[in-house]
Formats: sequence, structure tokens, C-alpha cells
Amino acid sequence: MSIGHTLLGLLEGGPRHGYDLKRAYDEHFGHGRPLHYGQVYATLSRLLKNGLIEESGVEQGGGPDRKRYAVTAEGVTDVDTWLGTPEKPELYMQSTLYTKVVIALMSERDAQDVLDTQRHAHLRAMRELTARKRGGDLADQLICDHALFHLEADLRWLELTAARIDELRNQVTS
Amino acid sequence: MTQPLLAATGVVKSFGPTKALDGANMSVRAGEVVAVMGPSGSGKSTMLHCLAGIIQPDAGTVMYDGKELSAMPDQPRSTLRRTEFGFVFQFGQLVPELSCIENVALPMRLGGMKRRDAEAKARTWLDRLEVGEVAAKRPGEVSGGQGQRVAVARALVTGPRVIFADEPTGALDSLNGEHVMRLLTEAAKDTGAAVILVTHEPRVAAYSDREVIVRDGHTRQVEFA
Ligand SMILES: Nc1ncnc2c1ncn2[C@@H]1O[C@H](COP(=O)(O)OP(=O)(O)OP(=O)(O)O)[C@@H](O)[C@H]1O
Ligand SMILES: [Mg+2]
Repeated sequence: MSIGHTLLGLLEGGPRHGYDLKRAYDEHFGHGRPLHYGQVYATLSRLLKNGLIEESGVEQGGGPDRKRYAVTAEGVTDVDTWLGTPEKPELYMQSTLYTKVVIALMSERDAQDVLDTQRHAHLRAMRELTARKRGGDLADQLICDHALFHLEADLRWLELTAARIDELRNQVTS
Repeated sequence: MTQPLLAATGVVKSFGPTKALDGANMSVRAGEVVAVMGPSGSGKSTMLHCLAGIIQPDAGTVMYDGKELSAMPDQPRSTLRRTEFGFVFQFGQLVPELSCIENVALPMRLGGMKRRDAEAKARTWLDRLEVGEVAAKRPGEVSGGQGQRVAVARALVTGPRVIFADEPTGALDSLNGEHVMRLLTEAAKDTGAAVILVTHEPRVAAYSDREVIVRDGHTRQVEFA
């Protein structure tokens, strides 16, 4: 997650203080993992240095907390570019689970057990997310669904592999 | 730990030369949702049919609420199915000649309830499943997803003690599937019904309390600390 771009995006709604930005970030995107003040101020000073934000008035009393920041035209362009650039699709080509299954087959252990154990762990995680969705608002539901679909993809792979385990055994032990 | 409401022990069932179940075990307690998963042809539907007393096992026992279902004659077994069990299957479970509301009212009518009362109750369930608008239509005139929700309404309307669902969300898109699962699991939590849910979809299985895996006619339960 690009904290810089996210803070810029939040500043597009109007100038804010650092602590105010942190609160807005945590509310929308924190989900149990709030930003540290240190992260906020480090990010802001980088954005400031790159000309993507500027100071927009200091309240009486001074101190770092009292500074307000506004997004600059360059900052807006930067958000445009960020939103217009697709995220790199994750290829998932390194699978520990595949390795475990092959090792189990090679050593004549029960590979179905490996798969069943993993399925159980995945389903348990999915149950927790499903329970969270039940009590949550739309934001919670969408975020949990994203995780659920990814876990489901793993489970589909698991099932396909379980169905082809004899074929795979023949290949790795021949 | 409470006693299981329904339990299959050592169930064997063959169809001609095919051994669909070969010593399968599973049980479900009141208020519990159990997902039955496993590859195609592994015996999941056969397991569900044996548990529901729709087919009789060749060997092994099915116990329901202290009674041996697998030793019960046809007549009381079918009465028990009608009065205490609810069913949701993937396809073709609604009576095509009846309207949707008549379909939902049917189990109550068979139980001797007056038409007006049965249809009033059916109406509230159709509304709960957000298919009130298809009440007067016949199953052939509604979409697959709507028909599926009508079928769920029919399964829940009698307040069954066990709900058997075989791929209940197979014909639904994700959002409708979730809605149906919410209603099924709420029914379990509200009325203490047990739910046996056969599914291929992990996100649907995630609504269960635990899973049973069927493979080559054997059941397998992964126990975890
Ligand atoms: N009425 C029947 N007559 C003959 N064979 C049957 C019958 N019902 C099931 N079988 C066979 O028994 C085995 C188990 O079938 P079952 O329908 O229980 O599988 P399943 O796990 O539900 O599969 P799916 O996921 O495809 O629905 C299969 O080999 C199937 O062909
Ligand atoms: Mg089946």
C-alpha cells in the first residue's frame, strides 16, 4: 500500500493537519493496523520535499502538529498517475504448498493429509472473515470479500491437486 | 459436548458395482452447520440421502434423535422427512404445475394447515428471501436464482430440525449465494436446526461450523488443536 499516494488522495478533499490525516487514514484503511505518527510525519516531509504538498498555514502555538498541509498541482497529477497505473498482477509462482506436496509424495508420506490440513486452516481463516463480514459495514464486507476470494483460489488449487495426486505421485517417483 | 441430533456410522451403500459409500461416518448436532466437501463422485450426495432417510444404506446405521432411521419402514420415514426435515437441492425441486407461493405452502398443506394460513406464512418467507414478487408465477416463469430462493423458503417454512442442502447456491451469483447462506445459517442459529450443506464452493463452506471431507466413499474429519 502506498501511504504517500493515499495521503495525497485524502488531501485532495482539503488541507489537513498531520493528526487529522492519520485519523482519516485509520478510519478508511487502517483496519486494525493504524498508522504510526512517525510514519505520517516521515511521509509528509518526503511529499513536501518533492513538491507534492505544501504548508498551508500554521496555527498559533506552533509545533509540528499545528501545521496544515495542502496538495499541490503536482500532487494531484501524481494521484492521477497512480490511479491510472494498474497494480502488477501477483503471479504466485512460488508455492510452499506445492513443495510440501511433492516432498510428501517423494518420501511416501500421505500427501492428502498435507492438503487436508491446509484446507482446514484455510477454511478456519475463511470462517473468521465470514463472521467479521456478518457484523460489519459495507467497507468491512468488501475488504473481507477480497481476502475470501483469494483464500478460495488457494482452496480450488488444493482441490484440483488432491484430484490429481496419483498422477503427480507417478511423475515425481518415477 | 451435546449428543448428535443425526449420526451416520459405518454406512455402506452400493449402486450395482459402484460402491458409493464404504464405511462413512458423520454426525451433526442441533444448531450446527456442517459442510460436506470432496471431489465429484466421491459420495457426498449419497451421504446426504442416507442421512435424510431418502435411501437406505446396505450396512451401517443412521440414528436420528434416538431413533434408528435406517431401520424404519417407508411410511413413518417419509412422514418424518416431511415434518422434521427441510430440503434444498440444486435443481428441479419445485412442482412445475403450482405457483411459487403454492409450492412454499405445500409442505404445510400436506400437514393439514388451512390454505389461507399456509399461504400467509409462505408469503412472509418469500418476502424474507426477497422473492415476494414471483409469488403468483410458476417455477418455469422465474429465473434460476429466484427459483432457488423459493426452494429455500419452502425448506425453511415448516421450521425443520434438520436442513439438508445439496449445492444450494450452485445456480446463484455470489451476492445471492451469500444471502441464501445467511438465511440458512440464521435459521440454524435461531431455531436450533442442524444444517448439512454439500458444497464445492469454499466461500459457501465458510458459513459452516466445521467440514467433513468425503473421498472415495470414506469420510474424513481433520481434527485440530
Ligand atoms: N442412483 C444411482 N445409481 C447408480 N449410481 C449412482 C447413483 N447415485 C450415485 N451413484 C454413483 O455413486 C457415486 C457417488 O455419487 P454421489 O452422487 O454421491 O457423488 P457426489 O460426491 O455427490 O458428486 P457430485 O459432486 O458430482 O455431485 C458415483 O460414482 C455415482 O456415479
Ligand atoms: Mg452430488
